[in-house]
Amino acid sequence: MEGVRVAGVGLTHFGQTPDRTGRELFAEAAEAALADAGVDREAVAELHYGNFMGALGERQGHQAPLMAEAAGLSCPATRYELACASAGAAVRGAVRAIAAGQADVVVAGGMERMTNRAIEETTEALAIAADELFEVRAGVTFPGAYALMARSYFEEFGGEREDLAHVAVKNHENAVPNEYAQYRKAITVEQALSAPIIAEPLGLYDSCPVTDGASALVVVSEAYAEANELDASVAIVGSGQGGDALALQSRGDPARTPATDAAAMEAFADAGVGRGDVAAVEVHDCFTIAEVCALEGLGFYDYGEAVGAARRGETTADGDLPVNLSGGLKAKGHPVGATGGSQVVEMTRLLRGDHPNADAVDGTVGLTHNAGGTVASAVVHLLEVVE
Amino acid sequence: MTDAGDSEIRDRGYDDWLDALETGDGYLLRCPNNHASLPPRLVCPDCGSDDLTEEALPASGEIVTYTVVHLGTREFNDQTPYVTAIAAVGDVRITGLVREVDAESVDVGASVEPTVDKNPQTSDRVVVFRPSNMIPE
Ligand SMILES: [Zn+2]
Repeated sequence: MEGVRVAGVGLTHFGQTPDRTGRELFAEAAEAALADAGVDREAVAELHYGNFMGALGERQGHQAPLMAEAAGLSCPATRYELACASAGAAVRGAVRAIAAGQADVVVAGGMERMTNRAIEETTEALAIAADELFEVRAGVTFPGAYALMARSYFEEFGGEREDLAHVAVKNHENAVPNEYAQYRKAITVEQALSAPIIAEPLGLYDSCPVTDGASALVVVSEAYAEANELDASVAIVGSGQGGDALALQSRGDPARTPATDAAAMEAFADAGVGRGDVAAVEVHDCFTIAEVCALEGLGFYDYGEAVGAARRGETTADGDLPVNLSGGLKAKGHPVGATGGSQVVEMTRLLRGDHPNADAVDGTVGLTHNAGGTVASAVVHLLEVVE
Repeated sequence: MTDAGDSEIRDRGYDDWLDALETGDGYLLRCPNNHASLPPRLVCPDCGSDDLTEEALPASGEIVTYTVVHLGTREFNDQTPYVTAIAAVGDVRITGLVREVDAESVDVGASVEPTVDKNPQTSDRVVVFRPSNMIPE
């Protein structure tokens, strides 16, 4: 894919701000992205917006025009809902609109407000990303679903809780310098292993937190960037999306996530780059096991090999393939409907060089991977520095 | 969720399937291309065939994976810790609660029988696995 540039990026601080409305959060991220891009808001032709649980969390449907209004955008707006992959899909919608020549300036991103409700209500809201009849009624929670996957993985390929603890330790370490991260605090393997169990074999430190936050980016055509002398050095060169049956029981192997494989295959073919060209990766680590499954589905590791990657130091900031230099969902935080956008924001900052962990990136190509539910949806983007 | 569960309105296909499972007459759906699935279905999810026939579900299956949930939703918070498992029953996999056995005794490969019981907090019906022989092979 050619001709799609990231002109500007914006984030709110990720954390617990229960009294901030969704419209305030998204307006802040969008304002930051527009300022970073140096684009007039009148030029924005479309808003592509991700949100998952706002109908429950804020009793607010029809959010997209509300968010356009909040951001001062007078343009058509559409909400994408793919559970935790909502904003990844929104970015993909924006990218495809630009690539198709249907728009020159598009804002994409997402928002989630999660801590304004009791934790049991938020747990319930997250659970409905699973199959209501066959999974939710059988007690499958969001952590429970990933625990089912982790158990399958251990049974099929081996690995142990300590391997997963190293994923958590790595991502917390990466979040320490990130000014947007929820947890800027290093942890130890011992702390991770001794944390309370939430759904065996996963403990509290295998899980991302609940987070309030928003993300936004301004995506423009190359022609627009050149005509307006924008500083838009990062291009989105590949986009892919994969799908799968919603319920784990309807899939062949709970330890594998073929939607990720499909999204990666499409994105790499679209971009015309290979896995060896990728210098940094942001993957969807809602749980530590999810990072493992993602790295295998993306093709960076054979099945059964990624569980020890963090422990071996291969995916740490100084490893061969730094993974989740932002801190990941695990430590940076996971405002569900904003996450896919925030991954592209962070990768843009890493490639441009204005991210605190940018020095760990040795190359010009980065990959983002955003997954919905137990990866019934996956969205992959490839970014490249082109100037 | 709660509202749907409390309602008198049935979920056609799904509730019919639970009715059958409850009386020991559980079934799966089979298409001419030999794919198996669970209702409600209008077409086979694998090939799109609309020629689906009911076929008797084996009385028992094997646990494929399971978890012990310690942090539940409002609909399960009085029941923690509880065990949720996916079991392979013939050519389909079914998700359910494992009851009548200590969490520590549940294991992958254990033989279980799918039945139907209630979630005491919601009165929703739910698939429940009871041990037919909880010793893994
Ligand atoms: Zn079929």
